[in-house]
Amino acid sequence: MPLKTFIEAIRDGLREEMTRDENVIILGEDVGKKGGVFLATDGLWADFGDDRVIDTPLTESQIIGTSIGAAIGGLRPIAEIQFADFIHPAFNQLVSEAARLRYRSNNGYSAPMVVRAPYGGGVHGALYHSQSVEAFYTHVPGLKVVIPSTPHDAKGLLRSSIRDDDPVLFFEHKKMYRSVRGDVPDGEYSVPLGKAQITHPGSQVTVIAYGLMAHYALEAADRVADDGISVEVVDLRTLRPLDKETVLDSVRKTGKCLVVYEDNRFGGYGAEVAAMVGEEAFDYLDGPVTRIAGPDVPGVPYNHVLEDWFMVNPEKIANAIRKLAAY
Amino acid sequence: MAVSERSAAGKKSPLGSELGLSSDDLLEMYRLVALARAVDERMWILNRAGRIPFVISGQGHEGAQVGITWALEKGKDWIAPFYRSIATCLTFGMSPRDIMTAQYATASDPSSGGRQMPGHYGSHEHNLVSVSSPVATQLLHAVGLALAAKIRKTGQVAMTIMGEGSSNQGDVHEGLNFAAIHKLPFIFIVENNGYAISVPLARQVAGSSVARRAAGYGIPGVTVDGADVLACYAAARTAVERARAGDGPSLIEAKVTRLTGHSSDDQQTKYRSEEELAADRSLDPVPKFRAQLVEAGILTPDAETRIDAEIKAAVHDATEYAEAQPDPSPSTAMKWVYAEDWPSETPPPWGLGEHAEAATDAAELPPEIAD
Repeated sequence: MPLKTFIEAIRDGLREEMTRDENVIILGEDVGKKGGVFLATDGLWADFGDDRVIDTPLTESQIIGTSIGAAIGGLRPIAEIQFADFIHPAFNQLVSEAARLRYRSNNGYSAPMVVRAPYGGGVHGALYHSQSVEAFYTHVPGLKVVIPSTPHDAKGLLRSSIRDDDPVLFFEHKKMYRSVRGDVPDGEYSVPLGKAQITHPGSQVTVIAYGLMAHYALEAADRVADDGISVEVVDLRTLRPLDKETVLDSVRKTGKCLVVYEDNRFGGYGAEVAAMVGEEAFDYLDGPVTRIAGPDVPGVPYNHVLEDWFMVNPEKIANAIRKLAAY
Repeated sequence: MAVSERSAAGKKSPLGSELGLSSDDLLEMYRLVALARAVDERMWILNRAGRIPFVISGQGHEGAQVGITWALEKGKDWIAPFYRSIATCLTFGMSPRDIMTAQYATASDPSSGGRQMPGHYGSHEHNLVSVSSPVATQLLHAVGLALAAKIRKTGQVAMTIMGEGSSNQGDVHEGLNFAAIHKLPFIFIVENNGYAISVPLARQVAGSSVARRAAGYGIPGVTVDGADVLACYAAARTAVERARAGDGPSLIEAKVTRLTGHSSDDQQTKYRSEEELAADRSLDPVPKFRAQLVEAGILTPDAETRIDAEIKAAVHDATEYAEAQPDPSPSTAMKWVYAEDWPSETPPPWGLGEHAEAATDAAELPPEIAD
């Protein structure tokens, strides 16, 4: 199987879906000739032309709102928001419009579209190039939220997202674009939305993570294995809809649950996972449902010492696992 | 307007003929204007009688709505309307029953199945995009529809409509800029009734003209008398021709009057004088269009009797129909969050999951133990 970087898998997925379906278009800032600031769409403008790879003005609300209209008109838009930090001007279009269109029209209308956005810290991006924004959108029924962690899943989930009949927010951790490589099969395959994956089987502590944190959780699991702690890592892959069964099955087996997320701790996505586990696996728990997450400051600071302080890392996760295992 | 000019033969041309409108067209346009008014008036009566909780009205806007919508091709072009678009929706194919079931929020309401407030019309069958409550968001949807029409080469035109207050939103700038850059087949209609709820034009629109803003995007922007149905039609026809020819978007600002409060929850005498309201009634498009057609000999007494009877029957039928329609069932309320159901997210019974069983068991314990 060919080895690909995370961003190569995404680019391949985009190209293959655009080749398969002429209604798939890309629109966003610098996605054309430049191929996007991270080069996710590199080469696609040359292959598919002005009509299908559209450089937009710096207008995030327009990117999303126009995508909604284009989806109603029969296209399958893939909107790129250059950084997840800049998605906020489009919040109204995503939450009031894309998410509610099917429900409010009693299935008369829908907005099948994908919104891709790089998110996450650890790349010296400071407050406005490091944010994790998933919690804003996982809160909203009508949206689906996907965060892949491997090249294989990125391509397979992107394919499922483009073919899905509802709006999907597809967040890509930018630190993984070139640092993560993995096997990506040739030919057509897809990874279904709404299915988590156990990436490291174990018996004593369940660690639930996604995105970059899914990698850090695996590293932490290796570190604590030396201490004789057996960790099961669940990579959620899709945040909404949440694959409750895979999470609950694992916690019922291990009796201990640590939820890891990079975003601010308070009200973050992992809080919902923790609440669900506490509510629905109470009888099986042998310790508190715990969380490791970013500190509650308004953004990731720039200075490298401060950024390291902010970021969840394998050692912080390993320490939390050790404490929970000893409970 | 050219409609009253004399032809080269020195004989007065029939009304509307320069615009390609037949007498039958004009009678049908009049029927739609008068029907929209009659449906709207019935809505207020039902509200005051306690039958429906909320009304948001299009009274005063009907002439502009019918004239402009008449220029589009029904069943082909797209409209993203707003909450005053009753006459627009009727002209584009929705029925009085469709409008009235929305007031009653019945299960059969085609706009939303009773999920949205009245006034949030929409019909995929008639290419009318579902209305939401945040204002001006729909402009971008119409721009997206125009983009799809251009890319897919369908020949369709997409139009959106809103008030002058809404036209100040950032989405309007973002959408007009994008539509103009790409010369999209898009038409922006502003129904300027002079008030954004209570705030007058002078406090809403710098320079007092929305149409003049078009110049900044390099597109035509015209102002028309919204009580002049044929002038509205003429302006929209020009915009449609321009859009279909691939020459890009247009902006039309129709000066209309708001004959009612903002909604049934608003008392406009608090911020508008009696003199102003009386003066505004003279700008009512319904009597104006009627007088125009009577004078032209098109709306004959027989025709008017027939149309009046039709409208009366249609309003009566729509009211009776909507009154009798069932409410939506809560058992359907989880449907259409997504295209498919998501059993994985079904909440546990009583929020207790597996403990529901234990809780039930506890409830059945003898009192001395349960205590």
